[in-house]
Amino acid sequence: MNLNLHIWRQKNKDTKGKMVSYQVNDINEEMSFLEMLDVLNEDLLRKGDDPVAFDHDCREGICGACSMVINGRPHGPTRTTTCQLHMRYFNSGDNVYIEPWRAGSFPVLKDLTVDRSAFDRIIQAGGFVSVNTGSAPDANEIPIGKEIADEAFNSATCIGCGACVAACKNASASLFVSAKISQLAMLPQGAAERKRRAESMIAQMDAEGFGACTNTGACAAECPKSIDLTNIAQMNREFIGAKLTSELV
Amino acid sequence: MALDSKIPDGPIADKWTKYKFGLKLVNPSNKRKYDIIVVGTGLAGAAAAASLAELGYNVKAFTYHDSPRRAHSIAAQGGINAAKNYQNDGDSVYRLFYDTVKGGDYRAREANVHRLAEVSVNIIDQCVAQGVPFAREYGGLLSNRSFGGTQVSRTFYARGQTGQQLLLGAYSAMSRQVAAGKVKLYTRTEMLDLVVEDGKARGIVTRNLITGKIESHSGHAVLLCTGGYGNVFYLSTNAMACNVTAAWRAHKKGAYFANPCFTQIHPTCIPVSGEYQSKLTLMSESLRNDGRIWVPLKAGDSRPPADIPEDERDYFLERKYPSFGNLVPRDVASRNAKYVCDEGRGVGSSKLAVYMDFADAIKRDSQKTIEARYGNLFEMYEKITGEDPYTSPMRIYPAVHYTMGGLWVDYNLMTTVKGLYALGEANFSDHGANRLGASALMQGLADGYFVIPYTLGDYLATIGHQDKISPEHAAFKESEAIVTERINKLLSINGKFTVDEIHRKLGLVIWDYCGMSRSAEGLTKAKKMVQELKHQFWTDVKVVGTNEELNITLEKALRVADFIELGELMIDDALNRNESCGGHFREESEVDGEAKRDDENYSYVAAWEYTGENQPESLHKEQLTFEYAKPSQRSYK
Ligand SMILES: Cc1cc2nc3c(=O)[nH]c(=O)nc-3n(C[C@H](O)[C@H](O)[C@H](O)COP(=O)(O)OP(=O)(O)OC[C@H]3O[C@@H](n4cnc5c(N)ncnc54)[C@H](O)[C@@H]3O)c2cc1C
Ligand code: SF4
Ligand code: FES
Repeated sequence: MNLNLHIWRQKNKDTKGKMVSYQVNDINEEMSFLEMLDVLNEDLLRKGDDPVAFDHDCREGICGACSMVINGRPHGPTRTTTCQLHMRYFNSGDNVYIEPWRAGSFPVLKDLTVDRSAFDRIIQAGGFVSVNTGSAPDANEIPIGKEIADEAFNSATCIGCGACVAACKNASASLFVSAKISQLAMLPQGAAERKRRAESMIAQMDAEGFGACTNTGACAAECPKSIDLTNIAQMNREFIGAKLTSELV
Repeated sequence: MALDSKIPDGPIADKWTKYKFGLKLVNPSNKRKYDIIVVGTGLAGAAAAASLAELGYNVKAFTYHDSPRRAHSIAAQGGINAAKNYQNDGDSVYRLFYDTVKGGDYRAREANVHRLAEVSVNIIDQCVAQGVPFAREYGGLLSNRSFGGTQVSRTFYARGQTGQQLLLGAYSAMSRQVAAGKVKLYTRTEMLDLVVEDGKARGIVTRNLITGKIESHSGHAVLLCTGGYGNVFYLSTNAMACNVTAAWRAHKKGAYFANPCFTQIHPTCIPVSGEYQSKLTLMSESLRNDGRIWVPLKAGDSRPPADIPEDERDYFLERKYPSFGNLVPRDVASRNAKYVCDEGRGVGSSKLAVYMDFADAIKRDSQKTIEARYGNLFEMYEKITGEDPYTSPMRIYPAVHYTMGGLWVDYNLMTTVKGLYALGEANFSDHGANRLGASALMQGLADGYFVIPYTLGDYLATIGHQDKISPEHAAFKESEAIVTERINKLLSINGKFTVDEIHRKLGLVIWDYCGMSRSAEGLTKAKKMVQELKHQFWTDVKVVGTNEELNITLEKALRVADFIELGELMIDDALNRNESCGGHFREESEVDGEAKRDDENYSYVAAWEYTGENQPESLHKEQLTFEYAKPSQRSYK
């Protein structure tokens, strides 16, 4: 198939970007979307042009590096990561618009590559259990019901891709942040610090300039790992609980 | 230099405990006077950075990723072994030790493997305490499965995403230390050289991947936790950016490279579908518990699988290995898939694939049961191939997956350069000639959480905190100049071949001649081909753009340049080892098509020393002795 690509090109953080059109031909429908871009980049290189920069690594939907808005949707038309999108979802002659995540807290570094270090800083603010190496009790000492363990796992599958932020009209990071808060709040190991954790992670989220959550649900609709909106509700409960007791002391 | 593995004396079960007691300690109030450089923040690196920072050392951690959470460790699916014996099925530290030495085909060091088995139990405790959501039973206790054909259930797992959950655990522990100011994290920063002065590792030279800035970082010790080199094959199950550069640069500065030809080819991956293919996807080993592997009996039979009657199918693993059947070790399964495809009996459009069929399992256990076991894997297969594995068999083919070889390290995990350590997949230590499933995660975390925090202190206490040089020292300046010159050279060639084109050619040569089956004739031919590629690369590669920007082509070119040199060493190593062991199969050393190990002549670690540009490397041998796990010829018939 042949496609008309329209891709955001931006030299670096400090210059303005624009959409540039390219044609790619003979695309095989078994290719992944990123392999299609590899073909484009090889063409550009042979002509001596700068290839399109984009983040990617595992190419199997788990590292969370790939991050493109394709025809207006984060990760494109199917509910997968960009790297797991295959060309069989496109038709010859299609116009395909490819843009980076758009959010003030994710500045563009070049072309489709953005800076998501804000997510790391939110985890640093409290997304952990304070346990030093070597000080853990036997792993089976605290039984955890299968249902709870499974629920915690569901929240823990977040890959930190940022599609939730890109999908949200307020650029809120609530789904990402709540997934970690909920995972650790559900487990006995995380219970001791749950209040402090919720407060400081939310404070960091705000400090990074992410928008407020207005419950539109766009994030969960685009999340490739099906992180559920109930995580946000849980985060709000944790936060209120923390605030209440904070005010008491 | 003679190799000293520093294996402690005494009975195997006491070695580590006694050795730890004899190690020198750094006084708690002095720890903050030491700066430790950790390169790589995957399982091994993040675990080491967190643990060392908790002890009080100042850690600088480097990764070329935008976040430590993206490291290749994130992709591990199946699980992590530990000798907990929670299932009461006869497991023990000794059994895990024994299985690992035997599985490695008697080419690993006994003392290291025993230590690994010992600390495996602490790893699970640590991870659970961090909030890693391992699979559990209804009663609330941890669940285990048997993995890779072992006789006991010792594998802990978190659905098909064990590596992800373990890495996020280690990442969270490291993040806590970043917040505490004890770890300084450098993301999108790639190490391009190791600085050695007065015989000691003094620091590294890095390139900022956004601005191109070349910088020096000095410390009292350098830990390379930079992963494996499977991408020398171009196509592999490794993440796209995995590379050998950190280890290779260290090698050129004096660190011996051990057993480079020991690479693992995993039998169950989704086959290559075309020229454009950028990477291969693993289908977890656990599928072989229920999937039956077969090809048509007759060569050239291109009927759809459903039209091939039972008696015209060849379940070749069940036929050749009646006692292990589809659960033979990875190397045996891979080699046999290659043989049937070489005979023209491969399936699919490329004819480089075999079927893995779940029809019988579904009939026996119901589709629902199979779905509960492998749902996410079946879904992944369908996403990639567009075919439904519930109704037609999967097509699979072997692919490069893991590298047992790596930097030579002693019992302390120190390389042949003082103060330079290698952890995780980057070292050669524990898996011999073949790695058992679910043992890499275990080793990476063992090295990072439970070995290096002890052994590093001994070195630091010996040298003292004043033994450090400034990043302004001439040794750093010299290294910066070499790195800059190399970059400028690459940018100035402006030839006709793209980096990927040359990398793909390199991969094919290594795959064809130094892959599943190797011969002196083929290897000799391959060596010349790799030398020609090296020449082509340095005279005719095309790298566009400048250094002072995010330049994805330049990044790749720097890595591929090192892969080419490594490829040649792999070939030399494979040529030298005229025996078949583990993943290394020499056609000259077989009986009835089965691998024949030669303990009399090759019971050693081959450690290679770099001797200069375009010079043959010199071989050092570390003899292996087996006091406990007595070598026997593997048989799965
Ligand atoms: C698909 C797949 C499935 C697997 N499943 C399992 C399994 O079920 N069980 C199991 O035990 N093992 C499994 N393995 C193997 C296991 O995942 C790896 O061996 C292990 O995770 C390696 O960890 P590591 O910490 O050594 O390296 P990695 O996780 O590869 O980390 C390397 C780190 O080094 C950094 N780095 C590298 N070079 C540089 C440089 N020059 N400068 C700066 N930073 C650098 C990277 O950014 C990264 O942070 C699997 C492997 C694959 C490919
Ligand atoms: S919540 Fe979903 S969309 Fe958001 S970062 Fe996590 S995986 Fe990505
Ligand atoms: S490249 Fe890793 S999730 Fe897409």
